[in-house]
Amino acid sequence: MDILYNIFIDPFVQMGSAPDLLVQTLWEGLVSGVLYALIALGFVLIFKASGVFNFAQGIMVVFAALTLVGLYEAGVPAILALILTIGVMFVLAVGVERIVLRPLVNQPDIILFMATFGLTYFLIGFGELVFGGNPKVMITDQLYLPRGSVEFEMLGGFVSLQKIDITAAVIASVMVASLAVFFQKTRIGRALRAVADSHKAALSVGISLNQIWIIVWFTAGIVALATGIMWGARSEVSFALQIIALKALPVLILGGFTSVPGAIVGGLIIGVGEKLGEFYWGPLVGSGIESWLAYVIALGFLLFRPQGLFGEKIIERI
Amino acid sequence: MFYREAGQFKTNYAADMAVFPILQDKIGIALILTLALVVIPLAGNAFFLSVVMIPFLIFALASIGLNLLTGYTGLLSLGTAGFMGVGAFACYKLTTIFPGVNIIVWILTSGLFAAAVGVFFGLPSLRIKGFYLAVATLAAQFFLQWCFIRIPWLYNYNVSGAIEVPTRTLFGIPVTGPNASPEMRYYVVLGIVILLTWVASNLVHGRIGRSWMAVRDMDIAAELMGIKLLPTKLLAFAVSSFYCGVAGALMVFLWYGGAEPEVFSINQSFLILFMVIIGGLGSLTGSFFGAALIYILPIVLRGAPSLVGLNIGAATVEHLTFMIVGALIIFFLIVEPHGLARLWQTGKQKLRVWPFPY
Repeated sequence: MDILYNIFIDPFVQMGSAPDLLVQTLWEGLVSGVLYALIALGFVLIFKASGVFNFAQGIMVVFAALTLVGLYEAGVPAILALILTIGVMFVLAVGVERIVLRPLVNQPDIILFMATFGLTYFLIGFGELVFGGNPKVMITDQLYLPRGSVEFEMLGGFVSLQKIDITAAVIASVMVASLAVFFQKTRIGRALRAVADSHKAALSVGISLNQIWIIVWFTAGIVALATGIMWGARSEVSFALQIIALKALPVLILGGFTSVPGAIVGGLIIGVGEKLGEFYWGPLVGSGIESWLAYVIALGFLLFRPQGLFGEKIIERI
Repeated sequence: MFYREAGQFKTNYAADMAVFPILQDKIGIALILTLALVVIPLAGNAFFLSVVMIPFLIFALASIGLNLLTGYTGLLSLGTAGFMGVGAFACYKLTTIFPGVNIIVWILTSGLFAAAVGVFFGLPSLRIKGFYLAVATLAAQFFLQWCFIRIPWLYNYNVSGAIEVPTRTLFGIPVTGPNASPEMRYYVVLGIVILLTWVASNLVHGRIGRSWMAVRDMDIAAELMGIKLLPTKLLAFAVSSFYCGVAGALMVFLWYGGAEPEVFSINQSFLILFMVIIGGLGSLTGSFFGAALIYILPIVLRGAPSLVGLNIGAATVEHLTFMIVGALIIFFLIVEPHGLARLWQTGKQKLRVWPFPY
């Protein structure tokens, strides 16, 4: 009975007795959710347009952030460094399309998935070779990102919000909104959706696959850069960041691989669930459940909706 | 010229369906076995045996395990290292609780524990498919790894949190622990790998293997043909996890001689998935090729600069190794997406019609 009480009653009693703590935990969950969603967004973009499950998104985040900081340390002004980094991501997109994707067109998904693995290895080696393996500090001030925190008095306690987190939330929302408009309203967006539906049909109506892929990988590169700046500002820029790509996977399957809003909602659910679970239920089983809780939450959702919350319904034919 | 089936007549179905239908193949496999059983232990030094051959065989075994699941049944799994860890920790617990029983028995038994865990985590595979399933198996990977760290009972409450392999003997000769000679360990690993490869070969060439492949190609069609999906998929998970568990136990007991939970991290899972895909999905030979390429290549690359007299820093070599391995993975996928096993097939076919092009 005791254990049932600890699992089902006690956490809620705690939540009720200290609402400010609950709000704080919720906020932290939402912020990490937004950041997961940013990574997931990069995955979704590429998956939608090329059917490639891009494992390299995580290392692209690290690579973009490292390039930015590395350029700045080499004496380039911050804003110029930002522009140059965007240029590097474009070169990367073109390179990936030319060298990896073009020869592998029409191969099974798992082969393309493996190829992005190879890309991950390559970028890890290349990044460490060029920028060194030591963690770097993100140039927060130079990019005019706010620092410090704001405190609110509410519910009989204090809730403190990091300004950088608020910025991250704003940037993520702006990005998602503009991507949604880009996908739904523009010519290129229509072409992207056509490619996602069928490579062959898109080719036959005159859409250039190669061009589309470059655009998509470039967009994913920019998303990676934004993610890298935000994550880098919260902690530091190091290769350990690439494992956050794995954290984005439950977000992805929760939201559905093909849905941009799904990535956001999934990110928020996972972020909040993870933080609440760790804070209120974690002590029961020993801490560290953050490492797998997200996957279990996602698995639970999947058992009821195998295509994710917002994924297109899977119809199988013989 | 010499690799040709001309003049070898099959007079019954059994001969026609043999795994090695041609005499030259039988000679080839006999040569490889002689090489592995006699020549390598005699000619190789301790370093070669314990740093190259033993890990290679263990990785090959794990790749076969994953290949049975991913290559033959089409269920993508990223939890391989977790299942290997279950085998390793089960073996450790068993041999410390019952020290009198032969270690080989426990290594094989620990596979059964891994199989049970694998079946449990395989249950969602009925509803979830493709990459979605991969994430479900990731849940297994991270949950199991968390267990290895957080449940002290598993490592006998060691302060270090790692497991230390005790010395166990076979016919009075130590096979595990610090006193075991590389030759002895090599023979034990080789024996188990040969036995399990033979079992796997029989499985995939028989009724079970055919139903696995039917499920892989299209599970709904397979179901309509009367293959029960639940037992078939779960059996694939069980057998695959059994192989991974045995490989994990071998890895800790006969290679590392002790292990921390980090050994069974997600990177290990990815490494084995590499081996399976580079080697060839749905090919047992391919598993050996893949293990050889992915495991031995970095060793060679690390040693190469000093061999040719170049003086590069260790860190640079490490980074270059990463780059080269990554580039090679992409290269092999572009050249032959079906893996090294397909290259091997193509090579054999070329040899068969040589000197004519076809």
